[in-house]
Parts: sequence; structure tokens; C-alpha cells
Amino acid sequence: MKILVAVSKAPDTTAKVTFKDNNTAFNEDGVQWIVNPYDEWYALVRAIELKEAAPDTIIHLVSVDESGADVILRKALALGGDEAIRVNCKPTDSFSVASQLAAVAKEGAYDLILTGKETIDFNDGAVPGMLAELLDIPCIAVATKLTVQDGQATVVKEIEGGEQTEQVSFPVVISCAKGMAKQRMAGIRNVIAARSKTIRVVEPVAVDQLTQAVSFELPAAKTGVKMVEAGQEAELARLLREEAKVI
Amino acid sequence: MSVLIYIDHADGQIKKSALEAISYGAALAKKLNTTADGLVLGKVSEDLASLGAYGLSTVHQAGDETFDKADAQALAKTIASSATQLGATVLIFAANANGIAIAPRTAVRLKAGLVSFAVALPETDNGFTVKKVVFSGKAFAHVKINTPVKVITLTGNSYPVQKAEGTASVANLDVQPENSKITVTGVQMIEGEVPLTEAEIVVSGGRGLKGPENWHLVTDLAHALHGAIACSRPVADDGWRPHHEHVGQTGIQIAPNLYIAIGISGAIQHLGGVNRSKTIVVINKDPEAPFFKAADYGIVGDAFEVVPRLTEAIKAIKG
Repeated sequence: MKILVAVSKAPDTTAKVTFKDNNTAFNEDGVQWIVNPYDEWYALVRAIELKEAAPDTIIHLVSVDESGADVILRKALALGGDEAIRVNCKPTDSFSVASQLAAVAKEGAYDLILTGKETIDFNDGAVPGMLAELLDIPCIAVATKLTVQDGQATVVKEIEGGEQTEQVSFPVVISCAKGMAKQRMAGIRNVIAARSKTIRVVEPVAVDQLTQAVSFELPAAKTGVKMVEAGQEAELARLLREEAKVI
Repeated sequence: MSVLIYIDHADGQIKKSALEAISYGAALAKKLNTTADGLVLGKVSEDLASLGAYGLSTVHQAGDETFDKADAQALAKTIASSATQLGATVLIFAANANGIAIAPRTAVRLKAGLVSFAVALPETDNGFTVKKVVFSGKAFAHVKINTPVKVITLTGNSYPVQKAEGTASVANLDVQPENSKITVTGVQMIEGEVPLTEAEIVVSGGRGLKGPENWHLVTDLAHALHGAIACSRPVADDGWRPHHEHVGQTGIQIAPNLYIAIGISGAIQHLGGVNRSKTIVVINKDPEAPFFKAADYGIVGDAFEVVPRLTEAIKAIKG
């Protein structure tokens, strides 16, 4: 089995989000970068678990980003994976990323392509579906469980108010969410071993930019909390009905 | 040129998120001086003409039951070809489980720019720019779509359902279902609870509740309010509650009318997932809990005493 895992660089979950240049760009000053949590904890770790069960499995990692992302790819390689591919361009929107991934995926003839359900910076969740459409293969979005057998994937995915089990033959794109795998840390020996793994840099294909983020804004700050004394819960209920009008 | 809204349904019923998408699409059509039409694939038991009350001119339907079991790949083919045939220039989907699977594929087929998780009507004075959630709720982006055809998915609970008078004409759409490669082998619904992403009221518990055996405090209050149940990440990680109840930056992001947080301190990752809630109530015994700064109402006190009293007060007020 041959697995491709798409990973992205993302700001640390504790990062304070601010913008610069008149709110047209993310302010990266002081931001720590991590492997996008959905890509790491769920997509990559599940791929590694599958390889542990079937050792002849090959795992390739891929990221669409400039050279600054190499450190993220090394971090991911320390968890597992045989080699990494970096498409050397700035990720601009979901379609551009999906198009670059599609070019890599076509070349590698993968059985299984795993991604996170979304990145925690742009939150589109659109790359897996776009990638699958470009490859003309099925995609299961927001999967919480994945098992494979005889060239078939059985997947549990979230739907409104419950979950659904689905079956599909390879090749398939699956976007991964919580529940898929158990979070793990890379041991120091693996971190050292990852230094000698290959990061293959490939040049991007030409893609039109269909969308662009022109400006950003922060949510309006709350005007101040109204405190109610413990014991005055009836007053809180009244405020929720008469002032906030939400119950 | 027109706006086309994909009308998602389950068990023959049109989803609330689809009504939000229709209301949003109708308002956008008005802004663009054009008409809003609906697209229904599969069997719906409701009277489609009545959707005119939400602002639709025509509802195009292909009623073949095969569509009800079709996968996103098959549906995207039908939706894209129908959109082209009907001359639609803007397509709207609810950003629910089906919408987020179908919309990206449809956008690729139509060579259309996509904005996922929109939270407001597009600005159309200078180009076509849509406001969406980014950084997992910590910020918003205004995203410009450069293509002639545009696709938008609408975040749940971010645009109100708007109903007036009106009747839509219903037209039969002559399209055959495409083959699906994905087979659904089982569906497990969580009985008796309101789906988190559709809920208008959400009651959420954190580590402050000390253990899963105390969760009746949360569920009793949620049931009194007809709301949904949620939890913080440590609670899901420790297995006190299922993962699908985890709200926050790496869980589900929600925007209900009312969010009540019990025993949750309000770490930045949690706030990202809930800060679009219209009214936030925080109950915490620590007056220094950061969540109070992001709240509209707060009570400093012991949850084991405050929450049962609040539940009784809600029951009294709701009769």
C-alpha cells in the first residue's frame, strides 16, 4: 500500500492572531509554527499506524510551501514516513494547493491520500475535495475512523447529529479529524533519524489564483461582562429572556 | 445570471441549514438584481412551492431516489452541469457535512472560486468579496473571488432564516444520477440530543465539573433549554465525553445564540471555537478565569450549587 499524507505549516494553537500592513496580512512576528494538528495527529499518525500493521506500506509526506516549511516536514518525518516532497511555492488558496498536490499525487500513484480535515489558519476544509475532483477519485471528508483491507477503506465520518460508516475502493482521499488516531510524540532517536530522510523539492505547476484574501479583521471585543451574584440565578434567567432575548 | 441554492435534506425533510442557505441566497440575489432558484436532488416530502416564502423564484427538482444515496462526487457532477444549464453564476451550499464535501468538487468542475464558511453576505460594490471565519474563529478574512462563477458555503447559525409570503414555481429537472463509488453501510444517530452545529443554545462543561459522573448538571440545564451539549478539549481527551462534543479550535466551531460554559477557564483555543456565539454565559468558581473577559454574563460560584438553581430558574421562566 502506498500512502500520501498532505501536511501544512500552521501557527501554534496558542498563537495570538494579529494582522499587519493595514490588516492585509497575518503578523508572523513571534509566531511559533507547528505541523497543522489535523494533519499530524490524525492523518499522519493514522498512516503510521497502518504501516505498523503492514510494514511494506510506503508513506510519502507532501507540503505545498516555501523552504521555511522544511523544519515542519522534518518534524513530521520524525513521527514517521519514508520521505517528504515539498512543492516549492507559497500556498495562496485551496485551489492552488489542491492543484499542486494533484500533480504530486498523479506521479506517485497512491492508494490512499490522507489530509487533515482543515488547516487551523485558513479553515477552508476544501483541499481534500478539490484534490479528489482533480484526480477524479472519491473523497470522504471529516473521517473519525479508518480501517483498510483488500484495497478497500472503511471509514466512519461525522454527519449532523451522528455518524455514518462508508466503504470505498482505493484510490481515495480521506480528510481526518479527531478520533482517527492517538496523538504521539517523536522520540529523540526518530528526530535524529529524520535528519537523514529525503525532502525532495519539486517546482510548482502553473495555476490560476481563483480567490485571494484581501483583508482581515478581529472579532469585535465584548463590551464587558455583567456579573450576577451566586444565588441570583433567577435574575440571570430574567436577563437572558428580557435583555439578551435568547431564551 | 442567477443565484442557485443547493437544498440539502435528510429523511425527506429540508434541513434548517438549507433554509439558512436559501435565505442568504435570496438576499444576495436581491442585492445583485437577479433571481434566486433552488436545486433539490432526491425525494423531499415537503411542498417545494412553499419555499417561495424564503425568497426562491423557482425550485428545480430531480426526484430520483438514487440521488438520496449518491456520493459527493456523483452529486457534484449533477449540480455543476445543472448550474451551467440554468445559467447560475453564484452557487450557495450550507457548510454542513454534505455541503463541505460537495461544494469544493462542484467549484473545481465549474472552474469557480470558492469561499468556505462564509458568515455574511458578499460585498458586491467593488468586485465580489465574502467574509469568512479564519484562524479557527480567532479572526475573519474578506476573500475576493476572481472568477465569473462563484461558490459559497454558509456557516451554520450565521445568517437567519427569513420567511415572508410567496410561492415558488417547481420545475422538473431532467438529469440522471451519476454512479457513486462510496457505499453507506451504516448510520448511527445520537438519539434525543440536538445536533451541536445546528443548535441555537449550547451548554458546555469543562474540567471544573470534576468527573463524567457529574454531567447531569450539564444535560439537565441543556434539556431545560432544549439546547445541545458540548465540552472542552481536556474533557474529551480524558474520555469523560465523546469527541464529537468537543468545541474549540481543534474541535467543532459553533455560533449559537446562547453558549453557557460551566467550569471552563477559557483558554485561547477554546475561545476560538465559541466566540461567535451571540450571548456567552460563564459559570466558574475562579473569578480570575479568562473566560469572564469574553463573556456577556457571569456568575462566580460553585457549579454544583449554581447550575441546579439556574436549571430550576429556567424551568420556572419557561413554564
